[in-house]
Parts: sequence; structure tokens; C-alpha cells
Amino acid sequence: MTTLVADNKKKLIAMLLLGVALLLLPIFAGFLGQAWVRILNITLLYVMLALGLNVVVGVAGLLDLGYVAFYAVGAYTWAMLASSHFNMHLPFWVLLPLGAFLAALAGLMLGAPVLKLRGDYLAIVTLGFGEIVRILMNNFDKVGLPWSDATYNITNGPRGITGIDGISFFGFNVSKGLEIFGLQLSGLQLYYYVFLVFTIISVIGVWRLQHSRLGRAWQALREDEIAAKAMGINTRNIKLAAFAFGALTGGLSGGLFAAMQGFVSPESFGLLESVMILAMVVLGGMGHIPGVILGAVLLAAMPEVIRYVADENMQHKVFGTVLIAPEVLRNLIFSLAMILIMLFKPAGLWPSPEKK
Amino acid sequence: MMASMLFTAEGVTKKFGGVTALDNVSMSIARGAIFGLIGPNGAGKTTFFNTLTGLYQVDQGKFTFDDKPLNVKAPHEVAQVGIARTFQNIRLFGEMSVLENVMVGRHVRTKAGAFGAIFRPPSVHREEAAIAARSHELLEYVGLAKRAGDKSRTLAYGEQRRLEIARALATDPKMIALDEPAAGMNATETIALRQLIERIAGDGITVMLIEHDMRLVMNVCQHIAVLDYGRKIADGTPAHIQKDAAVIKAYLGGAHGEPAATGEKA
Repeated sequence: MTTLVADNKKKLIAMLLLGVALLLLPIFAGFLGQAWVRILNITLLYVMLALGLNVVVGVAGLLDLGYVAFYAVGAYTWAMLASSHFNMHLPFWVLLPLGAFLAALAGLMLGAPVLKLRGDYLAIVTLGFGEIVRILMNNFDKVGLPWSDATYNITNGPRGITGIDGISFFGFNVSKGLEIFGLQLSGLQLYYYVFLVFTIISVIGVWRLQHSRLGRAWQALREDEIAAKAMGINTRNIKLAAFAFGALTGGLSGGLFAAMQGFVSPESFGLLESVMILAMVVLGGMGHIPGVILGAVLLAAMPEVIRYVADENMQHKVFGTVLIAPEVLRNLIFSLAMILIMLFKPAGLWPSPEKK
Repeated sequence: MMASMLFTAEGVTKKFGGVTALDNVSMSIARGAIFGLIGPNGAGKTTFFNTLTGLYQVDQGKFTFDDKPLNVKAPHEVAQVGIARTFQNIRLFGEMSVLENVMVGRHVRTKAGAFGAIFRPPSVHREEAAIAARSHELLEYVGLAKRAGDKSRTLAYGEQRRLEIARALATDPKMIALDEPAAGMNATETIALRQLIERIAGDGITVMLIEHDMRLVMNVCQHIAVLDYGRKIADGTPAHIQKDAAVIKAYLGGAHGEPAATGEKA
């Protein structure tokens, strides 16, 4: 019993230290340059995406290769309704829930026709779904109707939507930054704190879902669908719920992305993004939330870090000449790292423990 | 007489194309009984089981369960009405802990949804505590309490069988159907299984046993039905079944009037 109390105390201290570190992180990153703060922000968005995909792939065992579509739905919802594109400027407390809701709806639309598919077959259909959404975004700049010659520009096509509103509340625009206690915080640094709040909400939400009656049903579905049915689990309903909740998190993340970036275009939502998010879940440790967060942080941050480390300067110092173009070297190191992780940690870097 | 019956099948027929897998099969299982369903391979035991559990729809005939017509359209409805099952080839949730496996069994008797999961009102807290408590009880019942935290795939074979039974019991069934529970068990494990089956029946849960281990079936069942080529060829007490000419013929051959060899199967 005393060890349990001591353990809890240790956990509390660790959590406090982690909290302080997370709060100070953007300030230190700011000293290095705003580009580093942007990397932090993008990392947080990826953490949310990976957590959402983890519900579908890691917990419920439904392989989804088109997950980025929900990110796109969230981002475009925000972009279209908070920019000069349609001259609409809805507030964030309408846009974020709306984007998440529409993404969840898209999740149900994907989920309904694939209820009977599993494994490879499911992966192919979801991959197609992701591409369909991207192609729609690309081509919905000239939507015609059969009975008229007029065309409507809904998504502005490959040019994307620019001039998107940032987050602002009570008349305070987050993008503009803030001076507090003599400390100058940039817009990007403020976005970090906004994203951090939503990431923490996502972590808690996803954790609670996973450790609930519904979460157990999802895991049962993943482990053995026939046995799950025999236990009285309505697998149709819980599959749809998994798609919807995964998509909801993706949509939320997409809206935040559009607000920070101020610009969205279809090329941000390609297949490679879906694969990347899936890699975060798999490399981190499927179904284990701390592992998934670790996977997202590593994979989102690693390419950027390598970009700074493995540049031409470094090669000059080591080899005396530039052997490989930095961009190629970056992908090489990144791929090599992924292969090594899968070879030596096939269950992921931080899989769920053997004993609970 | 009828009121004491938990389950009856009347004239159940199931055809697959030209093959009649079940031909006018009728049987009844008394409340609290241990009922054995036996027959050579391909006799239709599994087909019967699958029609009963909603995997197939019957062509003719009907089931009655707990004085109500049993008319399930999807496999997940079966647990709801009070029939739980185990699987011939063990189907546990391998990456989940032993306790969680049993907790999944409580799914059908509980109701917390997604919003309950996220916001955790007191009612959900209470429900979760009750699920965990009942699941611990059931692990004690089958003697697996010490393994509660282990992943279920790490259990030994006999333990996995017992965990499947605990998981099935967690659905609060009126009848538990065990599909070849003794398959692959050694003699000691089979004795332990027999004691567990008798204890389950003693606690008022009707047991339907589909089994090839004749010693187990003859020792533990009060009533046995025998299927062969989709037909019920015999129905009665173990003593009656052991002497039944049709059963001996089905199991040991003896076509063309050849004398049936004696064997331990009968």
C-alpha cells in the first residue's frame, strides 16, 4: 500500500514536470526561431490525428488508409466558412464543432458501406475514399448543374483557399500574438497553447473511450469478430462509432490546422499523409495511447530535425564534400529509422504492457 | 411437461442446395439439465448449433426458448435472449487481459454508451465497478483469479477453455452451449471440466454439450440426442443411448448386416 502511494506521488511529480516542460517548450523554441515553434504546433496536430486514427486502427482493428480525408473535411469546413472565399466569417466556437461534426458524418459515410470488409479489402476501399475526397477538393472549383450553364466555385480547386481567419475570441485575435509580463509571445506560440489544450482534451477523451464498455467492445471486435458477436456485441454499431470518433478527432485537428496556416489546398491531404499518420500509430505501438503519442512526436519532428542536422555543412565537416543531396539524405535516414524500428521493435516503440 | 422445458426444436430442417443438413430434427432440453448432443463427424451438430444461434435461418421448423419463440436474425441477438456459447476452436480476445475478456461478456447486460464513456457520470462509474466485480467473481468461479491481469493468449490450453466458459457465463445466460469443450484436454483437465459443468448446472444454468469425448458425455449428461446425416436417430438417457442399435451402427459401422465390433466409443 505504501509503495502504491509512493508510486502515485512519483507519477504526480512526473506529470507536473511534464506539464511545466510542455508550457515552457514554445518559449525556448521561440529563441531558436519561429520555424521551430511551427514544428511544435504541427507535431501537436499530428498527435491528435494519430490518436484519432488509433481509435479506428489500433483499438477497433479497422485498417483505414484514407484517414487524412477527415483532416481535410475539418480544414475545408473552417477554410470555406471563415475566409473571404464565401465572405463568411463564422466564429471558432461554431466552426470547430461543425468541422468535427461534418468529419464524423464523413466517417459514418465511409463506415456504412465497408461494414462487411476486413483487412486488405477494407484498406483498399478506405484508400479510395481518401483519394476521392482529395480529388473532390481539387475539382470542386467548377461545379456545374445539368440544367444550367452556370458553374459554382466551392473549394477553389488546386489553388486552395487563402486568407483564412485565425482563431479569435472576445475580440482577441490569437494570430496577432500577445505581450504578457514583458514576454513577447508570437501568434504561433499562442497557437501552441490552443493546440495543447485540444490535444490534452483529445488524449483524455480517447483514453476514456478506450477504457470503457465501448472501448472493450472495440478491442473484442479487433481480436475476434465472431466471438464478439457471440457476446452480444452489435458489431455494426460499434464499427460505425469507431469510424465516427476517429473522424471527429481528425476533423478537429483539420480545423485547427486551417486556422493556424491561413491557407489550405488539396495537396496537403494526399495519400502520403494518411500513410504517415498510420506509421505513427504502428511505430509507436498500436492501441497504446502513450506509444501512439510517442510515435506521432517522433515521426512529425524527426524529418524536421534531420533537415537541420543533416545539411550540407554537416557533410562538409564529415566527408569534406557533399555526397548526397540533403533532401535525399533526409528521406534516407528517415526510412532507415523506420525500418530499424520495425525490425527491432515489431510491436512498436512503446506497446501496451504484457501485464496490467 | 412443456413448462419445464427451456428449449425445444420442432421439425427443424435446413438445406444447403441439394444437401439436407438437418432433416426434421426435434428435441427438447429441460431446465437445469445437462443435455448432450452427439453424432459422428458431419452429422449436423454444428449446423444445428448455427441455426439455433442465428448464423443460418431455418427452412422449416421452429425453436422455442424460455416459453417464447426463438427467432434470431443476427448472431448478436442470441446472447441477449440468454444463450451463451463457447467455441470448438477457442476464440478468446488474445491481446486483452483475462479480466477484460470476461468484462466483454458483461456487454450485453450493461448499457453505457460513448457519452457515458467520455463524461463518466456516477451511473457509469457504478456500472463499471459492477462489471469488474462480477467479472472477478466469475474468474474465481472457474479458478483463474490469479491470472486476471495477464493477456489471455498467455494462458495454458485448459485455462483458455475455462476462460471461455467464464466469459460466456458473464452474459447471464439461461443456457450455455459448450462446443467440444474437452477437445485436446488431458484426463485431469477433463475431470476438472466435468466438475465445472456439473457446478454450472447445479447453479441453475442449463448446459447443452456438443462433445466427442464419450466418457465425458455419458458421465455428465442426463439426456442425450444423437444426430446422423442430419436426422435424429436416438434420444434418451445415457444408458438408453449406449444400447441403442442405430447409434452403435452410426458410430461403428455395421452396414450390410456385419456384426458391430465392440469398442470403447459406445
